[in-house]
Amino acid sequence: MGKMHIKLTVNGKPVELLAEPRELLIHVLREELSITGPHIGCETTHCGACTVDMDGRSVKSCTVFAAQADGANVTTIEGLGTPDGLHVLQTMFKEHHGLQCGFCTPGMITRAYRFLQENPDPTEEEVRFGMSGNLCRCTGYQNIVKAILAAAAELNAVKEAAQ
Amino acid sequence: MNEMTPPKTERTAALKGLGSARKRVEDARFTQGKGNYVDDIKLPGMLFGDFVRSPYAHARIKSIDAEKAKALPGVIAVLTAADLAPLKLHWMPTLAGDVQMVLADGKVLFQGQEVAFVVAENRYIAADAVELVEVDYEELPVVVDPFKAEAPDAPVLREDLAGKSEGAHGPRRHHNHIFTWEQGDRDATEKVLASADVVAEEMVYYHRTHPCPLETCGCVASMDKVNGKLTVWGTFQAPHAVRTVASLISGIAEHNIRIISPDIGGGFGNKVGVYPGYICSIVASIVTGVPVKWVEDRMENLMATAFARDYWMKGKISATKDGRITGLWCHVTADHGAFDACADPTKFPAGFFNICTGSYDIPVAYLAVDGVYTNKAPGGVAYRCSFRVTEAAYFIERMIEVLAIRLGMDSAELRAKNFIRKDQFPYHSALGWEYDSGDYHTAWDKALKAVDYEGLRREQAQRLEDFKAGKTRKLIGIGLTHFTEIVGAGPVKNCDILGLGMFDSCEIRIHPTGSAIARLGTISQGQGHATTFAQILASEIGIPADDITVEEGDTDTAPYGLGTYGSRSTPVAGAATAMAGRKIRAKAQMIAAYLLEVHDDDVEWDIDRFAVKGAPERFKTMKEIAFAAYNQAIPGIEPGLEAVSYYDPPNMTYPFGAYICVMEIDVDTGEHEIRQFYALDDCGTRINPMIIEGQVHGGATEGYAIAMGQEIAYDEMGNVKTATLMDFFLPTAWETPHYTTDFTVTPSPHHPIGAKGVGESPNVGSVPAFSNAVHDAFRAFGLTQTHMPHDHWRIWRTAHELGLHG
Repeated sequence: MGKMHIKLTVNGKPVELLAEPRELLIHVLREELSITGPHIGCETTHCGACTVDMDGRSVKSCTVFAAQADGANVTTIEGLGTPDGLHVLQTMFKEHHGLQCGFCTPGMITRAYRFLQENPDPTEEEVRFGMSGNLCRCTGYQNIVKAILAAAAELNAVKEAAQ
Repeated sequence: MNEMTPPKTERTAALKGLGSARKRVEDARFTQGKGNYVDDIKLPGMLFGDFVRSPYAHARIKSIDAEKAKALPGVIAVLTAADLAPLKLHWMPTLAGDVQMVLADGKVLFQGQEVAFVVAENRYIAADAVELVEVDYEELPVVVDPFKAEAPDAPVLREDLAGKSEGAHGPRRHHNHIFTWEQGDRDATEKVLASADVVAEEMVYYHRTHPCPLETCGCVASMDKVNGKLTVWGTFQAPHAVRTVASLISGIAEHNIRIISPDIGGGFGNKVGVYPGYICSIVASIVTGVPVKWVEDRMENLMATAFARDYWMKGKISATKDGRITGLWCHVTADHGAFDACADPTKFPAGFFNICTGSYDIPVAYLAVDGVYTNKAPGGVAYRCSFRVTEAAYFIERMIEVLAIRLGMDSAELRAKNFIRKDQFPYHSALGWEYDSGDYHTAWDKALKAVDYEGLRREQAQRLEDFKAGKTRKLIGIGLTHFTEIVGAGPVKNCDILGLGMFDSCEIRIHPTGSAIARLGTISQGQGHATTFAQILASEIGIPADDITVEEGDTDTAPYGLGTYGSRSTPVAGAATAMAGRKIRAKAQMIAAYLLEVHDDDVEWDIDRFAVKGAPERFKTMKEIAFAAYNQAIPGIEPGLEAVSYYDPPNMTYPFGAYICVMEIDVDTGEHEIRQFYALDDCGTRINPMIIEGQVHGGATEGYAIAMGQEIAYDEMGNVKTATLMDFFLPTAWETPHYTTDFTVTPSPHHPIGAKGVGESPNVGSVPAFSNAVHDAFRAFGLTQTHMPHDHWRIWRTAHELGLHG
């Protein structure tokens, strides 16, 4: 099958690669680029383990063709923080025990990252609705919701302090 | 020596030992996308395997033509049963003493069964090649109903067992019959039932479901032909057992096999089983000489690997007029699918289902379980459960409700009246167990008080009046459960899997500078072992948990153990950890005494040090002792500070809990709303309250899914109707209820630190709580039993059948 020339930005770095038209973004990320934070849980867009941020939207990269990401700006969990400078969501997920096996966590945090930009001061109900595209089998969500609300409060406090 | 010794409380807190809500050490890598799961493994030259699977539930295979597939560029090999037969690997032993086809040998017995294994350069080519393999099937009559499986003219499913009237668990009475397992006293029970004041009788069905961890099953097999070593990374809940079994069935010497369970994305029992994908990957790597990866997709996971439950439980429970239970009778028809691949200890073909007398002092009981073959996937794993305890708990907690209806009694009162009393422990149950400890009345009273049970019943009664007066269309259901688990398998004298004794292990090395590494025979799948086992050890040896690395899952480095399932890690490996810690401490005591120039008996343990009795200012800390252990010549004591413990528990542990669910049900739409869910758990000594709470949230959410919508359903042709997450219910944050957790502490008398295990309790306890709430909402209208899952449609149908739609 003929390959397509694709250019995109992943976690701030420009990337060029060849991919078959049918190749999925998740496979390009994981297998070509060795970015293994996003996971494959269902391949039918239900579980959200593969969630990445693409041009300011949360997408499930198991149902995005790599070709559709041509020219896009993609951020994965690896691009949200560094070991010395964790994103506040990463800190809060640990602080509030918002993860167990860790398989859903990269997608969950990446979705929460976008969600808190869509809605910086959410209620618990809004968090639960806004995160409902990401499944977790371990935590029962209660501590995930807590972690996201705590991150929102922290981000808002930082914003206020800056103003 | 040191006048600045901090106070005891400070030193204890610094250890972050037992009881500390220590944050998890695993989280740094998981929150940064640096976990290392099987599908993240990438080796040079690695190939991908994929299965051709049967579209039919029962069919003869007339031919398999793989030529077109093999001709596709990038396809390396296509394996069929004919290729595996010379190696005698076309069939494999199951965990239950049966055999199972690795690749279809002449016929297929369930939809999704593995027929051929395609090996290709990448997963896309492998998927293309799967489509090109031509299999000619001749359809055969299908059996999906376990009650029809034993009809005289039922189709013969297992032709390989023709003429075998004896199975792994005794006589077989029919060609689709697997075993009969009997416990208790049949005659005495039937006599009690015949003369009882009241007998309640009901069929309770616990439907077929699936553990469905977010990560599916998979492996990477790598045969290094130069060194003759086989390494397999896989989603294994029991890596050491996998190594032994792999050696026994492949003939590769066990020292040449290395099994590694890397990070596992949830297990819940799904990853206990041995699956054809593992065998085929290993064979393919041996054949091709390069690593082969196989990772199933979600549809394959739900269709082919490890279902759970599917028990039809016919029960009779008898009582005196005033509600004293006098006997329990149960017959189970167990649908095991096409092969008996239940993950149970060998002597327990129905697992620990004989815990079905539950939390109650029932003087006499009888249980019989009949396992049968059907054209469904094999499995029968314990989905976050200790070997059929979940089914047992659901059964008895439904029977209690049914009995309460017959007696016209409040079921909370009926329970309290029949609980095993605190002074009866250790308690010998009528079906053969010795319950280690419990205080059910205290837990029950605390739970009822916490939810204001009397107030809830008043509100419910008012709502009922309003409903009858046409003021509302919503009913209230109050679901009660008091469950008793049996976990921590188990004593080697009666617990083994495939002949492997179910002890577990811990090996500790103290480093010269006073930090440590501990390795265990178990493997975490999200339970947080690296965090909690370090806490057990911190309290035992006085080294801060933060200075202890915990490693599991690599059979070349970890001591042998039977793995993580059945809530056995804390009861068995946790005990081994404490015992190994005590060996370290015993040697440390001798070293300290030598350094302090006193007799061994003249020093005593003090949190993180040994001090001279009566002179606490003279001491040696564990850190000092560790350094001396390696660097000082001590007469009569060999250098180093290491210990290993293999722990064979004297008994199981019996965690228990009281769960209460308050549910609103809309009789016109069948929709429900969980208004309140209260979970009180008693898991003995609590190691890390934060992790316990997380386990309860997660387990209760699985229970919510199972009770309210999750199932593996088949049509009459044996087609799986629920093979994607569109149809198989996994609740999102939106549906999932909010939980209130609580606890009492009744330590296990035989466990070194009194811990009992908690991971599975919330699944065991929540399912009956949710289901009882649904039943309770309709109790006033005459409902005694309706089967799970209670999805909107089924609840609507119940309301309709009860005439509530006018």
